[in-house]
Amino acid sequence: MQWETVIGLEVHVQLSTQSKLFSGSSIQFGAEPNTQANIFDLALPGTLPVLNEEALKMAVRFGLAIGAEIGMRSVFDRKNYFYPDLPKGYQVSQLDFPTVGKGSLSIELEDGTEKTIGVTRAHMEEDAGKSLHEDFQGASGIDLNRAGTPLLEIVSEPDLRSAEEAVAYLKKLHSIIRYLDISDGNMAQGSMRCDANVSIRPAGESELGTRTETKNINSFKFVEKAINHEVQRQQEVLEDGGRIVQETRLYDSDRDETRSMRSKEVANDYRYFPEPDLLPVVIDESFVNAIRETLPELPDAKRVRFVEEYKLSDYDAGVLVTSRELAEYYEAVVARCGDAKLSANWVSVELQGLLNKNDWEISASPIQAERLGDLIARIIDNTISGKIAKTVFEAMLEDASSVDSIIESKGLKQVTDSGAIEKLVDEVIANNPEQVEQYRAGKEKVFGFFVGQAMKASKGKANPAQLNDLLKEKLK
Amino acid sequence: MIERTVAEISTALASGDISSVELTQAYLHRIEQYNTDLNAFITVCEESALEQAKAADKSRSDGDCKPLLGVPLAHKDIFCTKGVTTTCGSRMLQNFVPPYDATVVEKFNAAGVVTLGKTNMDEFAMGSSNETSFFGVVKNPWDTARVPGGSSGGSAAAVAADLCAMATGTDTGGSIRQPAAFCGVTGFKPSYGRVSRWGMVAFASSLDQAGSICKSAEDAAMMLNAMAGLDEKDSTSIDKATVDYTATLNDSLEGLKIGIPIQHFAEGLSAEVEQNILDALKVYESLGATIKEIDLPNNHLSVSAYYVIAPAEASANLSRYDGVRYGYRCAEPVDLEDMYKRSRSEGFGEEVKRRIMVGTYALSAGFYDAYYRKAQKIRRLIRNDFLAAFKEVDIILGPTSPHTAFELGAKSDPVAMYLEDIYTIAVNLAGLPGISIPAGTVNGLPVGLQLVGEDFAEAKVFNAAHQFQKNTDWHRNKPDLTGMES
Repeated sequence: MQWETVIGLEVHVQLSTQSKLFSGSSIQFGAEPNTQANIFDLALPGTLPVLNEEALKMAVRFGLAIGAEIGMRSVFDRKNYFYPDLPKGYQVSQLDFPTVGKGSLSIELEDGTEKTIGVTRAHMEEDAGKSLHEDFQGASGIDLNRAGTPLLEIVSEPDLRSAEEAVAYLKKLHSIIRYLDISDGNMAQGSMRCDANVSIRPAGESELGTRTETKNINSFKFVEKAINHEVQRQQEVLEDGGRIVQETRLYDSDRDETRSMRSKEVANDYRYFPEPDLLPVVIDESFVNAIRETLPELPDAKRVRFVEEYKLSDYDAGVLVTSRELAEYYEAVVARCGDAKLSANWVSVELQGLLNKNDWEISASPIQAERLGDLIARIIDNTISGKIAKTVFEAMLEDASSVDSIIESKGLKQVTDSGAIEKLVDEVIANNPEQVEQYRAGKEKVFGFFVGQAMKASKGKANPAQLNDLLKEKLK
Repeated sequence: MIERTVAEISTALASGDISSVELTQAYLHRIEQYNTDLNAFITVCEESALEQAKAADKSRSDGDCKPLLGVPLAHKDIFCTKGVTTTCGSRMLQNFVPPYDATVVEKFNAAGVVTLGKTNMDEFAMGSSNETSFFGVVKNPWDTARVPGGSSGGSAAAVAADLCAMATGTDTGGSIRQPAAFCGVTGFKPSYGRVSRWGMVAFASSLDQAGSICKSAEDAAMMLNAMAGLDEKDSTSIDKATVDYTATLNDSLEGLKIGIPIQHFAEGLSAEVEQNILDALKVYESLGATIKEIDLPNNHLSVSAYYVIAPAEASANLSRYDGVRYGYRCAEPVDLEDMYKRSRSEGFGEEVKRRIMVGTYALSAGFYDAYYRKAQKIRRLIRNDFLAAFKEVDIILGPTSPHTAFELGAKSDPVAMYLEDIYTIAVNLAGLPGISIPAGTVNGLPVGLQLVGEDFAEAKVFNAAHQFQKNTDWHRNKPDLTGMES
């Protein structure tokens, strides 16, 4: 039977505020346990929440970026459950009146077409702390540093039809939040976490199948694996005549499988009700407009502009806009050297290759955009060839001096003196009479051999165009 | 001196007739004499009180003349006091020592008061008789076989017995006004949001409000001057300018329109109490006020709505008492669930557990609409009734409680106990300011008169109460404590 997969994602994004959603504690990652938990975070009696306005602005910022309805009156609710790392015994979240309502974003499918994915809502909530089960003999430790960290939970419509689409959606979301500078989106550190609602149905069927929710997916790669595994599992169950149980499943990346978390937790009745310690959050047009004015150019718009302004292919533009930093880097290179196409190649191939190999962020690139621009400028003005430029590029990693002085000190300057080139050509022709004969007999393929020999003799510095012309002339 | 009002004590301190140290010693002595029997205090801070008194006398000699400087006060044990055990009347918090001061405490400290100690109360402020305290019942100084009312019973009894000059209280459904009525003292609850809730152990967040229990409306005005104001730490506190609440105490009542809710003079009200209230109305008429009957048609729904909303909020507010970080933890739990269950079963008393159960039920899937949502709608109707009434009248007057203080143990049925707050609860649901002042006695027991004002019309409420007290002496009545000394 042909099956269709239906996926909706719930993505938790940790907002990069200075302090927690309702208290002044820092949210920096990696601090000593419980050093970032004040009396409110510990839920001491009598303490009260005060909303972090920065977090609210970030949520609105996200809403505007995906063209969503903004909740002009949003309401926080208490979600009640007991757990040792949930100090108040309830999590403050938003149920009926989230800050961000319906919106959408587009993803690119493998065949190059665009697909719009609906975002149902995005609501603000506080994170829980962490329970530490290792290092404690017969007991658990509680670290409340994370408790109260602001999260934006972004819920998609069940519009995704494959694991690949889910990954594309997640990557797009990642790119947008990074562009907006509202989160570092670091999945390994948990600042972006993904739960996947997955169901399958016979192709052509309009009713949705029973879904499962897979939690604990913390990388793009695992999202794909976890969904594919879950789809496979559901198919096997249904094809064996079984039925899918609506449940929460946990993805185990070590064993690449999902397994049921069928615990009492699933049957929880969270008894949501409006948080009486906070008033409804009412914002007005001017508040929203002030945020709208600070929105950066987003990836889709930037891509269109790159195609128009720099005459790049859609694909090249797409690669360059995946991150705001990369796009800004690229534009700085172009501004320096003036050649958009050459810059695109260098940034997306050479530079990106270097960064990937070393697992470096673009912001930590050892080669600044200006220096790369200078390098490309020397290709354009024929000081060096593209091939030599790669050698210079390597040298630039070790040598912080200017591109010109590296070319100079290493003697890599291209030979454009026609006398010098002519001498090279004459030598090559004189030293290889056999090949000369073959060439003149009509075996044109041998021409490449002469180019190679001459280039080698020049240590790669001969201007390739000049060399070609001279060789052709002399071999006639 | 100890029997005097705060206003009088303030004058005596200013003129040098008495020092704060002398006064503090006198109150501490009196606490020693009578607290064994009355059980009004859970904690007495003898040493620090004397230090504060000394410091107050010193600042006075340096020229400080703040009105409450050196005046001895007691805090209800619901307010967090840095370094001083704050039990909230519960075993759960028997050993809880807060590392911080409630805003109310901070403000009184800044006003220069002397803190004598922490007063007894119904556990987590849940009760109308002070019988639910883990630290034992408080007795009514007027008759020790009777309850002082609750939940601020310790504060009311302490003020009535002159164990302090003034006390703080909290009022969620009548917890200041009803004990004030039962103990023959003045009890004031401000508009919701007027006083910060930061540091006040939460019972029902949307209803809880800090206020005062003292010996006159003037004292209550002086206390509100110290307590009121916006607090950045409490998102529900109101950004509304405060005034000097004593400034308009002596305004004339000529032309004041007083509303009498017909629902507060109906079945259930004791005839003797009713007579006292009607007599009080004559006093107001003689001062130039006009009386008008008003209708609060949804008043009869207030107790039911309250006993859904308050327990619902409480069920979540009390979830933090789980034995994990502070507070009572059961002995040798075998696992997490066992720790939760036994810590909470053993740490909370019966009434608290009852309300957690009721609240949890009211919020459960499938019941939310029928209970919580409906109760919120009723709450709006009740508030609208008051808003409509205030289009016609300036102030609403009635009995604080249907009767005088009842005997200890007399109300074993929880619902009968809940009906104790029939006249006070609606005021909390509507968020309005209200005061209870003594207005007579029945068989030697005090009767309380309630005055309710519009949103943030605290000054008007004080003015009306003060004019009554200027023309009557009920607030000067004192219980006879003979034979109670220990």
